[in-house]
Amino acid sequence: MTDGPNFISPSYNTLEKPMLGRVANGIFWMYRYLERAENTARLLAAGHRMTLTRGADEATQEWRSILVTLGLLQSYQAHHEGFVGAQVCEFVLRSRNNPESVLSMFERARISARACRSAITREVWEAINEGWMALRDMLARPVRETNLNQVLAAIRRESTIARGATHGSMLRNETYSFARAGTFLERADNTARILDVKYYLLLPSLAYVGTALDTGQWDNILRSCSAERAFSWLNAGRMDARSIAEFLILDERFPRSLMFCHAAMRENLNALGRFHRREGKAHEALAACDLMLSQRTVEDIFEQGLHQFLIEFIACNAAVGSAISEEYRFVS
Amino acid sequence: MSTAEPAKFDEMHAPDGSVRAAYRDYQRWLDQQDASLMRRKGMEAESFFRRTGITFNVYGETDAEERLIPFDMVPRIITGQEWRRLSRGIEQRVRALNAFIHDLYHRQEIIRSGILPERLFRDNPAWLSQMVGFTPPGGVYTHIVGIDLVRTGPDEFMVLEDNARTPSGVSYMLENRETMMAMFPELFSAVKVRSVSNYPRRLAASLAACAPDGAGPKPTIAVLTPGIYNSAYFEHAFIADQMGAELVEGSDLRVFDGQVQMRTTDGFRPIDVLYRRVDDDYLDPLTFNPNSVLGVPGIMDVYRAGRITIANAPGTGVADDKAIYSFMPEIVKFYTGENAYLPNVQTWRCADPDSLKYVLDRLDQLVVKEVHGSGGYGMLIGPTSSKKEIAAFRAKLVARPDNYIAQPTLALSTCPVFTRAGLAPRHLDLRPFVLCTPDGVEITPGGLTRVALKKGSLVVNSSQGGGTKDTWVLDD
Repeated sequence: MTDGPNFISPSYNTLEKPMLGRVANGIFWMYRYLERAENTARLLAAGHRMTLTRGADEATQEWRSILVTLGLLQSYQAHHEGFVGAQVCEFVLRSRNNPESVLSMFERARISARACRSAITREVWEAINEGWMALRDMLARPVRETNLNQVLAAIRRESTIARGATHGSMLRNETYSFARAGTFLERADNTARILDVKYYLLLPSLAYVGTALDTGQWDNILRSCSAERAFSWLNAGRMDARSIAEFLILDERFPRSLMFCHAAMRENLNALGRFHRREGKAHEALAACDLMLSQRTVEDIFEQGLHQFLIEFIACNAAVGSAISEEYRFVS
Repeated sequence: MSTAEPAKFDEMHAPDGSVRAAYRDYQRWLDQQDASLMRRKGMEAESFFRRTGITFNVYGETDAEERLIPFDMVPRIITGQEWRRLSRGIEQRVRALNAFIHDLYHRQEIIRSGILPERLFRDNPAWLSQMVGFTPPGGVYTHIVGIDLVRTGPDEFMVLEDNARTPSGVSYMLENRETMMAMFPELFSAVKVRSVSNYPRRLAASLAACAPDGAGPKPTIAVLTPGIYNSAYFEHAFIADQMGAELVEGSDLRVFDGQVQMRTTDGFRPIDVLYRRVDDDYLDPLTFNPNSVLGVPGIMDVYRAGRITIANAPGTGVADDKAIYSFMPEIVKFYTGENAYLPNVQTWRCADPDSLKYVLDRLDQLVVKEVHGSGGYGMLIGPTSSKKEIAAFRAKLVARPDNYIAQPTLALSTCPVFTRAGLAPRHLDLRPFVLCTPDGVEITPGGLTRVALKKGSLVVNSSQGGGTKDTWVLDD
């Protein structure tokens, strides 16, 4: 339904050649890093756009919230005071003080790709290697504001090319399933974090609903997930908190919604289950996560409390990652 | 001071400036190309290599950057006739090498018959007592061999070195050809060149043919690499990928149930054939270097029980020793009953007092090498060394003469390379790759041509700034 058929030939007996646990781990993380790098670029682009239309105080708040979303607030504050756009972008994109920078994520993706070279196709390897070379050159010096959008677009483009090469050239075997599971696990996490940092703007009860501030903030949330066009198209220009939350959490048509990501993960874990002729703790962990999404309306979620829901979801999603790692012997 | 005698032989041009037969078709094509196009192609080649990640890491460099081995676009061309003669000599030599190693670890006939002095292998760190009396599956020791050849004249090919341990560079043989075909497709319609692309399949088939009894019809083959920081990691990954084999690290492997097994997503699975790119010393911490984390504890027991094939066999490095090399003509004669088709380079064993005296008197003219050295390290090239360097080397040589051999500074053949100023001759060598199975010896037509990129230089090693060329054997 969501990620295309995993099987071309269902009778193909892959158990004959199960992949190395170390390589499965490398593949899983390679795609997580690529996905995170791309989502980080998206978040920065949306944030930067917003700061252009706001006063200094709001801009500061926005840059700060980006760091919170990325989980980088503490390490940023260990090196910097205040939240100036150029400094935040520098830190997030390329600072040596930040081991989670976009540059180092691409570096790690490439190291993984190299270590798993014989598990990926030449197309995928070249996409990642060239992507890394391009970004390394672009991020060799501090990024000026005039170039920021160009750099952010390049990050998304390189990640997109790698994903496209994966889709177009890789055998639909367990390697592919680990790649896709990593992609969607990371994407679900990122979407949930974006929502959680701004959850208070999506509460239906808030009094300032309908003011210019809200639509600007809402627009920013949608843009952070590249959802603004799809959302407008579906809603004919109307915008409200409930619909946005519903769209990003429960709409199974939108490829960055939590629902979509989990359907795709389920599909890939099911494929792994078929390959290995058994299901285990990874599948159990995913089922627990599914309970949070399936057969629920956005009203149910608001009733539980959006923030509470998101925190639980993020933890549940992370637990699926650990379970996959254990079940498929990533490290021991 | 000139760095070498003036080259006597250029692969492309005869002394009168005319183009040799091997290069006639190539020259015809080259005449139609304009210079700016060739310059642009040179840059294309570099970006091709960067993109595909054909890089190597240099030991001891602080920045640990991945580097490219420079690629030169003028192919090294060998005629079909030349190749047939070379192949005959290579095959003979490789058969002899295998028989020799087998003998060293069994009856040692060659020592009993007084041809080879016993101390040569007793003092050799590559000789492994653990291999005594053991015969590897299929009787093959050197599954993959690289024979380094140099040329000094139209009919003068000589063996400079045998690489029976773990010859590297085959990925460059394959990728250089891919690069040339991508850059100059029309050239390959104009000149008929024998293909090398079958090598990975042949390698997989050869390794499978040497699998232990009981491995089944489709043995599991794995390439053991020290990991991504090894200088030849690209090659390890490349070969595994091209063969469709697993690329494993020591941490993926464990011995149990009497087999070497790899940790997969579905539990542990046995390996039948391990093409290891890890030195003997690191292969098994229980048997060799106890600090090694690159190998597999207990693998030697599995090996000796006949339940895994290790390629190349442990202990084959004994044949790479340069003192043993100096006996190769006798070794070939002893095991094949024939005179060697391919001669050695003249070699003085410094362990022999008369030779030592000869060498010490001519250090400024000779090349002196460590018997266990490789990669162009630890050698003296007399003609290009300063008085101080020669004096320092002399002291080392006098202190341990049996650690060295000496050879004349050869007038290695040259072949043109592209430079900014146009074509210019540079010295080169050739490493053909040979596969051995219980059924015979197979040689890929061509090999790796290494070329010194500095004018006059005789050092072709990539670790010392050498480059490579595509190597063509004409289908004529």
